[in-house]
Amino acid sequence: MSEALENVLEYEEDTQKGKYLTFVIGKEVYGIEIKYVTEIIGIQQITEVPELPEYIKGIINLRGKIIPVLDVRLRFKKEPMEYNDRTCIVVVDIKDVSVGLIVDSVAEVVAIPDENIVPPPEANTGFSNRYIKEIGKVGDEVKLLLDCNKLLNDEECENLLNI
Amino acid sequence: MADSISREPMLDMFIFETLQLLDQLEQSLISSEKESGFESSIDEIFRIMHTIKGSAAMMLFDDISKLAHSIEDMFFYLREEKPGNINSTEITDIVLNGVDFIKNETAKLENGQEPDGDATDLIKEIRDYLSNLKSINNDGNNPINSDLHNTPEIEKDQKYYISSNSGAATPKSHKYEAILKFEDECGMENIRAFSVIHDLKEIADVNCFYPEDVIEGGGKSENSEIIRKEGFRVVFSTDLGLDEVRERLSHTILLKSLEVYVINEDLEDIMGEMTDNGEDEPKEQEVKNPEKDNASSDSFITLEQNEGSFDKKPLPERKSNPSGENAGASNKQSVISVNIAKLDKLMDLVGEIVISEAMVTQNPDLQGLQLDNFHKAARQLNKLTNELQDVVMSIRMVPLSMTFQKMNRIVRDMGKKLNKSIELEIIGEETEVDKNIIERISDPLIHLIRNAVDHGLEDSEERVAKGKPPAGKITLEAKNAGGDVWIFVKDDGRGLDREKILKKAREAGLIHKPENELTDKEIYSFIFMPGFSTKEKVTEFSGRGVGMDIVSNNISMVGGTIFVDSVPDNGTIISIKLPLTLAIINGMSIKVGKSRYTIPTISIKESFKVKNEAIITDSEGNEMIMVRGEVYPVLRLHRFYKIDTEIQNINDGIIVMVENDSKVICIFADELLGEQQVVVKALPKYIKKVKGIGGCTLLGDGSISLILDVAGLVEIK
Repeated sequence: MSEALENVLEYEEDTQKGKYLTFVIGKEVYGIEIKYVTEIIGIQQITEVPELPEYIKGIINLRGKIIPVLDVRLRFKKEPMEYNDRTCIVVVDIKDVSVGLIVDSVAEVVAIPDENIVPPPEANTGFSNRYIKEIGKVGDEVKLLLDCNKLLNDEECENLLNI
Repeated sequence: MADSISREPMLDMFIFETLQLLDQLEQSLISSEKESGFESSIDEIFRIMHTIKGSAAMMLFDDISKLAHSIEDMFFYLREEKPGNINSTEITDIVLNGVDFIKNETAKLENGQEPDGDATDLIKEIRDYLSNLKSINNDGNNPINSDLHNTPEIEKDQKYYISSNSGAATPKSHKYEAILKFEDECGMENIRAFSVIHDLKEIADVNCFYPEDVIEGGGKSENSEIIRKEGFRVVFSTDLGLDEVRERLSHTILLKSLEVYVINEDLEDIMGEMTDNGEDEPKEQEVKNPEKDNASSDSFITLEQNEGSFDKKPLPERKSNPSGENAGASNKQSVISVNIAKLDKLMDLVGEIVISEAMVTQNPDLQGLQLDNFHKAARQLNKLTNELQDVVMSIRMVPLSMTFQKMNRIVRDMGKKLNKSIELEIIGEETEVDKNIIERISDPLIHLIRNAVDHGLEDSEERVAKGKPPAGKITLEAKNAGGDVWIFVKDDGRGLDREKILKKAREAGLIHKPENELTDKEIYSFIFMPGFSTKEKVTEFSGRGVGMDIVSNNISMVGGTIFVDSVPDNGTIISIKLPLTLAIINGMSIKVGKSRYTIPTISIKESFKVKNEAIITDSEGNEMIMVRGEVYPVLRLHRFYKIDTEIQNINDGIIVMVENDSKVICIFADELLGEQQVVVKALPKYIKKVKGIGGCTLLGDGSISLILDVAGLVEIK
């Protein structure tokens, strides 16, 4: 019986493998592994918390659970934008830490096979480079696949919080 | 210990269960000691030791299991023999030593260490005591019938533990056939049968068993069916005695009945006759089992009867073990243990329901509509959600009885060491307090009880000289009063020495008032100051002067307060006031710009409006305010946290004066929003620590308010 259960679990893991949730920030399309995503909610009232880096907008109440929200736009040092009804909070759960990511809009869930994923070009010196783990190709489009861990726990971020 | 990952949940369960059982055991022991007899509680003690032994053996903690086994042996003897002249204090001492050992080992496990303690000495002590007890009683009493079975069994056990492999090394002299029947409905009979064989292989050569293919056959249901109907038969040879074999097999989980025969036939014949019982077996038993020859032909019946009585008591918790429940459930089946994280989650959800309800019933879309039925239904919903909230809060509440009962042991041990006879009276142990609080007041209570025994109570002679009863009395009382819980620790000893405390306080420079203005209570309260102890001598239990201030600190950490009062030669009473729960505090909501903050009401001294002129500014721009001749620093929250607000002028806002540890600051906010009870939640881990913020809470409309950490704020200023 336990074997059967393991099979089911493996299967479940499999269905998540190679799938990415894509979202839009400015003109680019980014993707994060679907296994990190718990849910997507609309923008809601954010309570500011003092003394935090600018890109951490504050905390929200997610059905009684208090989670911090991080504006990915500001994280990538882009111009801030007014939130509108397209703005979404993608709730991700990384190593038992739940964080909401504020994105301009959510696009879709796509499967990107491993052979279509390439490492980012080394010569790339553009902004936000360090958060991009890989680049995925879907048709003619290019999705920038994010490294969730770096997004949340950057050294820079640590330093800011320790001030 | 190889596979720690897969064992962890089991280990957790083991630790939890064992500690709970040990607490129960301690209580039973101490109550039996008071009655100076074990009649009433022996079954429970026996059951507890048996369970601990079983689970420790399962977890491969040999020392614990051997120790538990030897204690079990002792109580087995006490129960079966009912020897007349036992010294219950001695037995209690010995067993309590054993309990302490197991507790230590369990504590090691809890901290992730290996249980490496050596119980050999303790086991030896118990065995010596037991054999001593036996020899005394065998001389004096006429041994009852079953004595013959039990005595050799225990002695043989001893041998077994000294060299557990002796059975495997020497040729097997006895052959046995055993028929095991499992509890109805226990399921997986074939696997249970297999584990029996596995167990037997440790002590015996298993020759054959029927049904034969329990191992290979895996999940074949017909095997289980046969075992269910006819029992599981196994033939094995070993040099252990019949009683020992029986004893060992009887530990099988979910066993319903057990028959063991001695045989001396060729195995093939046995297999042939498997369907009906060999007729000559009783005879063989006579030959092979000399210890039992007086029992002769009816030895069977005695055996089974013994088995029956042996089985009855341990059965309930055997049942509960495989299902993973805690063993304490066997006598309190209405109680289950739940992971506290689940409760917290439940509380979150209930809080969310309350908010959702408000969102529905106060929905702006409904405004101006005439909705009688809707409002009726909404009122009903409101009633139910309120009730739900109360119930969820009450789940976290735990009675104080466990904490209080622990004190019995402390009073007993200290009384013996200090040679004082003490009676501990416990009142209101059923009073319930939040689990978190209970955990944190246990140590302070131990301190207080120790102080009462050591400092408070006099020696018997002194008491008699004062016209008091020779035995000192300590009362531990708990009761509910409003939203608080009071705990009183009362002794009828010599009381606090007012002059001595005054002198000491003077030396330590604690007195800031004219001495004749100090009330008795104020003087007595000096004992809660750091480094204060009137006891000249440092004893093992108290007198280092670190006790009382730690007590008072711990109590205030859970939001409680402590008072002391005393009458010379009449005793001392220490009262502790505790909030019912940590999870809910009374808070004052304030507004700064768009943000809302909550200040715990307990730390607010007052709030008032001031005029600009009252503000004093020093050369560095620090603002201060003079209130009734004292100057306090002003903390402007909007500046401190850089919040945009229109209210910059002291005239327009409000000042809230807060105090922590006799340090006072004045917080400047836009306005007060009102006082309400709030559920304290921690800030998300990701945010880490923010200066002056202790947590957050949800307000009635679902928005979040940050709770100010007053202790942190006063430090910053």
